[in-house]
Amino acid sequence: MPDLEQAADETREQTHAGERYFMRFTRAQRYLHAVLFTTFLGLAATGLPMRFSESAWARRFASGVGGFGAIIFFHKLCAVVLTLAFAVHVKDILTRGLVHREKGVFWGATSMVGNWKDVKDLFGHLRWFVGLGKKPKFERYAYWEKFDYWAVFWGMIVIGFSGYAMWFAPFFARFLPGWALNAVLVIHSEEGLLAILFIFSIHFVNTHLRPGSFPMDMVIFTGVESEEEFKNKRPEEYKRVASEGKLETRIAEKPAIWLVNFSRVVGSLAILIGLVLLVLTLSAYIRE
Amino acid sequence: MKTASIIALTLWTLLVAATRGQAQANADCLTCHAEAGMQDAAGHSISVDEHKFGDSIHGSLKCADCHATIKEYPHPDKVTPVKCDTCHTDEAAGLAGSVHAARADHPCTSCHGDAHSIFPKGDARSAVYPLNIPRTCGNCHGNEGMAKKHGLPSVYPLYIDSIHGFALSKEGLLVAASCTSCHGSHHILSRNDPQSPTYKANIPKTCGNCHAGIDADYEGGVHGMAVARGNLKAPVCTDCHTAHAILQPTASAFRMQSTPICGSCHQDKLSTYRDTFHSQLGSLGGYVQTARCWDCHEAHQILPASNPRSPINKANLVKTCSACHAGANASFVQYQPHANARNRKLNPALYFIRMFMNLLLAGTLTFFVIHTILWLIRSRYDQIKKKSAEGGSHA
Repeated sequence: MPDLEQAADETREQTHAGERYFMRFTRAQRYLHAVLFTTFLGLAATGLPMRFSESAWARRFASGVGGFGAIIFFHKLCAVVLTLAFAVHVKDILTRGLVHREKGVFWGATSMVGNWKDVKDLFGHLRWFVGLGKKPKFERYAYWEKFDYWAVFWGMIVIGFSGYAMWFAPFFARFLPGWALNAVLVIHSEEGLLAILFIFSIHFVNTHLRPGSFPMDMVIFTGVESEEEFKNKRPEEYKRVASEGKLETRIAEKPAIWLVNFSRVVGSLAILIGLVLLVLTLSAYIRE
Repeated sequence: MKTASIIALTLWTLLVAATRGQAQANADCLTCHAEAGMQDAAGHSISVDEHKFGDSIHGSLKCADCHATIKEYPHPDKVTPVKCDTCHTDEAAGLAGSVHAARADHPCTSCHGDAHSIFPKGDARSAVYPLNIPRTCGNCHGNEGMAKKHGLPSVYPLYIDSIHGFALSKEGLLVAASCTSCHGSHHILSRNDPQSPTYKANIPKTCGNCHAGIDADYEGGVHGMAVARGNLKAPVCTDCHTAHAILQPTASAFRMQSTPICGSCHQDKLSTYRDTFHSQLGSLGGYVQTARCWDCHEAHQILPASNPRSPINKANLVKTCSACHAGANASFVQYQPHANARNRKLNPALYFIRMFMNLLLAGTLTFFVIHTILWLIRSRYDQIKKKSAEGGSHA
């Protein structure tokens, strides 16, 4: 059956002649994102009914899941899981940076810490939006990604602290003044609202829904990116890795079909839930 | 002596004759009226069950005692209706001044049942036996059509599902409040009548007939004192508990419905309460308790914070908050359950924190919304014009 053999060759050739794939996120980073977005969705879905407890959908949702007892239970459960994930992440960063003396953790091209290039990139990007300049060439983490990261980091501390202060109010009252117990709810709900509005609108669009990534950027799920996408989206990183001669070490397998499909389903579901919550939030916020 | 004997004999003869004559009269009537299913021209039952009647409270009476106009047989087709008030003068007088005064619409039998089988109210067969009263009144007051026609609330379904109705119909408690416990029986007055036990100012006393302890607490609280002073804007029992559909106060449904009731007068307090976690959780229903108005202020003996006996008096706050928050200390009770983050003068710290958080929220979102919209437009433009998709296989 020469035809079939030939056909098999063609397929193989296509695969091989197809693009190379590069590793962008480690397994641990992808898991961290997965834990982050599942618990965040859980926190948002249980936090919003509390914040907008006067609205009909909040009450219907609450009575559907067993009243506020169930709501607060899941809220606390997600909070604890997310806190643990955050602690693991901070410990990982500190170990890499302080114990192993790994380069590029606290400073440099691969660091999450902002630098002068990010400022230039921001203004360059804005100029490019309105057609006044060329598109900036981004490194491993673009300025808006660093903003996302630090917004979550700051949010974790602010929302986390205020949340635990409410959860264990009598304990916190031992060293906080009484009015702080009033303040923590205001802080918790406003900062939570900001996080929800930001993630479900800005992060979704910037990272997943914009042309070029639509309907979602799969890299955080599969960990790998095609060479063309890598080159286009992170030209500086590609250039740097190539000049260091480390491009070969980053080559990865094309993601398995099941992983791509699984990620698509999970990612789409997350985005869908997020958008529904966004609509409910906006409707409740406007009516308030 | 002879004369006396004659008189005695005459009296005896008369007595025997009278008794025999009457006995014969009852039996005579029953010759016809014992027939089951006997009806008059209008279709009303005129059949009498001899045994039932014999058992009834009027069993020792003779037919002619009530049917006084019937002297001989055959009697006319149309007979004068029986006048119960011949004997029951007090009840008749009470009824005459009541909401049921129109006798044609409310004959005695409409509550007491079949005229020939009326039992004392302590007898379970009686229509006015405590356990039967709600059904008896409900014949009219549970009837939607009736309620509409006369502008009455159809209260029977409300009552029967209430804590009183449940105690009576399910537990069979004779002491459970039924209709007459609050409204009286014959002299029922409109609640707008100051003499009525259901007139607003009289309600605490009416409920206090059973709930004496609660009534004493209430009378000592600000609401009770206000009502006693004649301020009828202050709430009485029924304003919070409702009149008929009274729920178990610990039930979730009651806890859900009562906060807005307090708030219907204390609007400013409700709106600041709404901002708190207590309210946010409380509004969602379910099985966990969060503080409602009366958990801190007491339900019945509500006292101003200045009163040393008030649970919200400074000296009592730790104890009050500790009811839920184990380990509450002096700093903890500085928490303001009615703080107003919108009021700069009352809560300056909270005001500025809220303002900062709002500015942060508005600022961040404004910048990024503009940023993202511009980006979207630009990249879509590139995508169409330059067929650039940033190398993604997505578009």
